[in-house]
Amino acid sequence: MALQSLDIKARSATTTPMPAARQTTEVAKLIDISKCIGCKACQVACMEWNDLRDEIGYNVGVYDNPADLSAESWTLMRFAEVEPQPGKLEWLIRKDGCMHCADPGCLKACPSPGAIVQYSNGIVDFHEENCIGCGYCITGCPFNIPRLSKKDSKVYKCTLCSDRVAVGMEPACIKACPTGALVFGSKQDMIEHAEERITDLKERGFENAGLYDPKGVGGTHVMYVLQHADQPELYSGLPKDPHISPLVSLWKGVTKPLASFGLGLIVLAGFFHYVTEGPKEVEEEETDA
Amino acid sequence: MTNHWVDIKNADLVLIMGGNAAEAHPCGFKWVTEAKAHRKAKLIVVDPRFTRSAAVADFYTPIRAGTDIAFLAGVINYLLSHDRIQHEYVKNYTDVSFLVKDEFDFQDGIYSGYDAEKRKYDRSSWGYKLGPDGYVMTDPTIENPRCVYQLMKTHYSRYTPEAVSNICGTPKDAFLKVCEMIAGTSTPDKVMTIMYALGWTQHSQGSQMIRTAAMVQLLLGNIGQPGGGMNALRGHSNIQGLTDLGLLSDLLTGYLTLPKDAEQDYSAYIDKRALKPLRPNQMSYWQNYAKFHVSLMKAWYGDAASKENNWCYDWLPKLDKQYDMLQVFEDMHNGKVNGYICQGFNPLASAPCKVKVSGALAKLKYMVIIDPLATETSEFWQNHGEYNDVDPTKIQTEVFRLPSTCFAEEDGSLVNSGRWLQWHWKATDPPGETKSDGEIVAGIFLKLREMYKKEGGAFPDPILNLTWKYKQPEAPSPEELAREFSGKALKDVTDPKDPTKVLVKAGEQVNGFAELRDDGSTSCGCWLYSGAWSEKGNLMARRDNSDPYGIGQTLNWAYSWPANRRIMYNRASCDPAGKPWDATRKLIAWDAGAGKWAGADVPDMRPDAAPEENVGPFIMNPEGVARFFAVDKMADGPFPEHYEPLESPLAANPLHPNNPKARANPAARVFKGDWDTFGKPDKFPYVATTYRLTEHFHFWTKHARLNAILQPEQFVEIGEELAKEKGIKAGDHVRVKSNHGQIVASAVVTKRLMTLNVEGRKTHTVGIPLHWGFMGLTKNGYLTNTLTPFVGDANTNTPEFKAFLVNVEKV
Repeated sequence: MALQSLDIKARSATTTPMPAARQTTEVAKLIDISKCIGCKACQVACMEWNDLRDEIGYNVGVYDNPADLSAESWTLMRFAEVEPQPGKLEWLIRKDGCMHCADPGCLKACPSPGAIVQYSNGIVDFHEENCIGCGYCITGCPFNIPRLSKKDSKVYKCTLCSDRVAVGMEPACIKACPTGALVFGSKQDMIEHAEERITDLKERGFENAGLYDPKGVGGTHVMYVLQHADQPELYSGLPKDPHISPLVSLWKGVTKPLASFGLGLIVLAGFFHYVTEGPKEVEEEETDA
Repeated sequence: MTNHWVDIKNADLVLIMGGNAAEAHPCGFKWVTEAKAHRKAKLIVVDPRFTRSAAVADFYTPIRAGTDIAFLAGVINYLLSHDRIQHEYVKNYTDVSFLVKDEFDFQDGIYSGYDAEKRKYDRSSWGYKLGPDGYVMTDPTIENPRCVYQLMKTHYSRYTPEAVSNICGTPKDAFLKVCEMIAGTSTPDKVMTIMYALGWTQHSQGSQMIRTAAMVQLLLGNIGQPGGGMNALRGHSNIQGLTDLGLLSDLLTGYLTLPKDAEQDYSAYIDKRALKPLRPNQMSYWQNYAKFHVSLMKAWYGDAASKENNWCYDWLPKLDKQYDMLQVFEDMHNGKVNGYICQGFNPLASAPCKVKVSGALAKLKYMVIIDPLATETSEFWQNHGEYNDVDPTKIQTEVFRLPSTCFAEEDGSLVNSGRWLQWHWKATDPPGETKSDGEIVAGIFLKLREMYKKEGGAFPDPILNLTWKYKQPEAPSPEELAREFSGKALKDVTDPKDPTKVLVKAGEQVNGFAELRDDGSTSCGCWLYSGAWSEKGNLMARRDNSDPYGIGQTLNWAYSWPANRRIMYNRASCDPAGKPWDATRKLIAWDAGAGKWAGADVPDMRPDAAPEENVGPFIMNPEGVARFFAVDKMADGPFPEHYEPLESPLAANPLHPNNPKARANPAARVFKGDWDTFGKPDKFPYVATTYRLTEHFHFWTKHARLNAILQPEQFVEIGEELAKEKGIKAGDHVRVKSNHGQIVASAVVTKRLMTLNVEGRKTHTVGIPLHWGFMGLTKNGYLTNTLTPFVGDANTNTPEFKAFLVNVEKV
C-alpha cells in the first residue's frame, strides 16, 4: 500500500493478488481545449509541487517551452496552428502529459516488479526506486510520454499528483488553471461535465466536438474535450486510435515468462558476481573545463 | 474599468481589441469563460495578431496596427446608417441633441484652431452653444445640422466598410460580421463589454482610440450596464493605484489637478474646476472640488493650512510645462537634469528609444534606484556586449541602489483594474537589508527636512510643514497611510440639512467623500479612496464574497472606489423612469415607495433623486450626460479621427491624401530634434508591434527561474508569407532593424500574423515580445525599445510602442 488511501490495483511484473476489499472512486482529469489559453500555469504548478526545475533552454521557433517533455517536465503545452476549414485559422493548445490509461502499456511492458503501479482510482504511478531504467515503458506507451532521466537513468512522468489526490486534493495543475479548462473529479462527473461542454461547442459551430477517452487503451483518466474530435491528430499529433504496441503484447503474452526467467538469472548472476567480486569501483571522473 | 472583473460574466458579447486579456490577464480572463459558459456569450477578438485570446474566440479578424480608430469609426457609421442604436438611451443620456458652436469646423483632417508651428490646437471653438440662461442649447428633434448627432453622423459617414478595409487591411466581410455582432447588443436586453489595454493606449492617438470605443458603447446603451462598460485592463497589479494617488506629473490625488503657472490665484483655480451645471437639475459633481482639495491640503499640511493662507495654495508647484516621462528624458538628454530618483521603474527598458534614455542617464550626476532587483536601468553603465554596448569609463553617473521589498514582503493595499482596493498581508520577511518603499522615502524625507532645518533653503516651508505624525517617523506603517488617505474629521462634521446632527465626531474616520468639507474641518489624502478605512475598520481587508442578488457585485469584498460602487454610471442601467432596461439583469432601480435608489450596487446618483427630476447619470459631467462631442477635453479633437502612426507604411492618410499635416496625429507629442529619426517605409517596409507574453511580467520575471524555463529566449514573430520571401525558417536567427536600432532574435514563423491588403498593397506585420534584457536568468536579449520611436500620445504622452516600422533579415 503506497499510501493509506491508495489501493494498488495492478503492479508491474507481479503475480501476487492485489487488495480488493474496498472500492474507491475512479478519478479523471478533464482538459477542455476550447477553454485553454495556453498560459502554462499548469506547467509552473507541476514544477513547483513536484520540485522540478528543467533547464533554461532556447527558443526553437515555437511557443512550446521547454521544447519537449523530459524527466523534469512532466507536462507541457503544445501549440498547433491549423486550418480545419480553409482560411479559418485555429490555434489549438493541448496540455500534454500522461493519460493514465485504464489499460496502461507502460505497466504491461515493465519488467521490474513494482516500478509501475496502477491504483484503484485509476492513477498510473511510477515508483522510481524500483525502476531499472530499461525504457520498456517508453516503448509501451502509445502517447510517447515517459522520459528517461540522464541523472539517475530512471523514468519519470506525471503522477496525476497521486500524493495530493490520496489526501483529497486536486492535482496541482488543476488548482492553478485560471479558466477552468482543467477540471478534476470522478470519471463519471467529468464525462457529464464534458457532455455539457460538447453541447455548447456544437452550438458554436463545432459540429464534431467530442470527448477523447480512447477505447484502445481501455479509456483514460486524463480526457480531452476536443473541438474536432474526428481529427485528434490536429492537436499536435494526438493519436486517433491509440493501442499498446504489438511488441508489448508479445512480450506480455508469450515471451514475458521466459524473459522474466532470463532477467531473474541475470539478477542472480549479478548477485553472485557482487558477493564474489565486491562492488564496482568507480574511477574519479575527469572534470571538464 | 467602469465595471469590474467579476462583472464580465454578465456580458452577452465580449470585444477584446487593443488588448489581449487571455495573454496578459489570464486570471481575470476567467470571467470571459464564465460569460461564455453560463450566458452563452460570444467573444470577438480584433488584433494585428491571432493571439491567445483569439485562440478561444468565436470570431477573430486581423487589423493593421495603429488603425483602430478607423475600424471603430466604421462601426459607428454602421450603427448610425443601419439605425442600430439604443434610441432611448442615446436620446436621454448623451449629448446628441446639444448644439455646437458655429465656429467649430473640420477641414481635410484638421479641426478649427490648429497652430502648425506649435502642433497645438486653440480649443476655444470646440464647445456647445450656450443660451442666455447659461445652459447648453439643444434640439430634441436632433435635426439641427449643428447638433452633435448630425455632426457626428456626417463626420463618420466617410468610414464606409470599403474605407475601413482599405485602411485597416481587415477583410470587408469580416468587418461587417463584427459590425453585425456588435449591433446585436443595441437592444436593451443585450449587452457588450469591451476589454482593452496597452494595445490602445500605446499609440500617438491612443486616448482617441479608447474614446471611439466608448462612443460605440454609448450608441448601444452599454455604459452603466452590468456586463457592459469600457474596461481598461491595467498593466501592473497596482498601476490603477498609482494614477489614483496622483503619481503623474500633472495630477494631485484622486484626479485633482496641479495648477498651471498662470493659475496663481486660488479662487480662480477652484472656480475653473468646480464646474457649474450646463443643464438644469444636473449634479455636476466636480462642484465639490474645493471640499476634496482643501481636505487634501489639510492632510498634507495640518494646522499650517488655513483659510487665511488659501490652504497653502502658494506652496503647490505651478506647472510651467508638462513634466511627463518623455519630457523628463528630453530634459535629461539636454543636460538639464542632475539627479534622478527611480522608484519601481525600469526606464531604460520602458521608455521609448533606449539609446536616447541611455545617453540621458549618462548625463546625470547621480541616480537613486529603489527596486527589489538589479534592473537594466540600475546597470545601464555596465557593458553587456551587443545587448548594452556602452563604455563605463565615459559614464560618470553615480548610481545608488536601495533594495526595496517585493509585494509579497509587505502589507498594504493594491488597487486592481476594477477599482477595488484590496488589502494584502506579507507572506515572508524581505531578505538582507531590504526596506519597504515607505521606509526608504521616509528616510530621504527626514534627512531633507533636517537639512532644510539646519541650512535653510530657497523655499523650505512645504518641507518643514509637511504633516508627519507617524508613530515611527522613519517607518510610516501601511495602516497609518491608509487611514490618512481615507480621511478623518478634524472637527465635528454635521449634516448640512440639520446642523444639530453630527455625522462624524472630531477625530473619527469619515465614512466617505460626501462628508468632506471645504472649511478645514476634514482631512483626506485621496478623496476617491475616502471611506476605505472608516470607523468600521479597514474595509479593504474584507473578504466576504456573498452575492445576495446573484449578479456578482459582492459589496462586502474589499472596497471599491468611488463610495464602494462596483459599476460606474449605474443609473444608466435603468430607463429614464428608473426601471432596469433589462429586468433579468437588475442592478439598481428607483424605489418609489421608499423614495430612493437601491439594489445590488451602490447607486451612482443622488439617492433621493426621483426620475422626474431628470438628473442625468453622468454626474461628473456638468451636462449630466455622456459626450460624443468631447468639447475641449481632448488635445487632438472633439471627434476621434483616424491618423496614421508616426511611422507608417503609408505616405499619406488615405482619408486626407493631399494634406500632409493630417497624415499623423497633428497634436501628437514630438520633440523637434526627433522628426528626422522616424523610419520611412522605403527602408523599413514592415509594421512592427510590441507586446507581452503570459509567461513573463514585463522585465521582472526573467529573474525568476520558473518563468525563465517557460520562455527562455528572445524571439520575434513573422508571418509565413514574409518568412518565405526572406527565406526564414522557424528557429533561425533574424535581425530586426528600425531607424533607431536593431535587435537579433530567434524567429517564430507563424500563420497567426496574416498578410494584410492595405491600399492595394501587401502589408506584413512583425511581432516583437518585450521581456528580455541583459539582467536576469533568461538568455540575454535586446531591450525592444531599441527599436521604438520617441513619440507620445497627444493627451497622455504615452509612447507609441504598438505601431512602428522595421525591416527584417536572416542573420
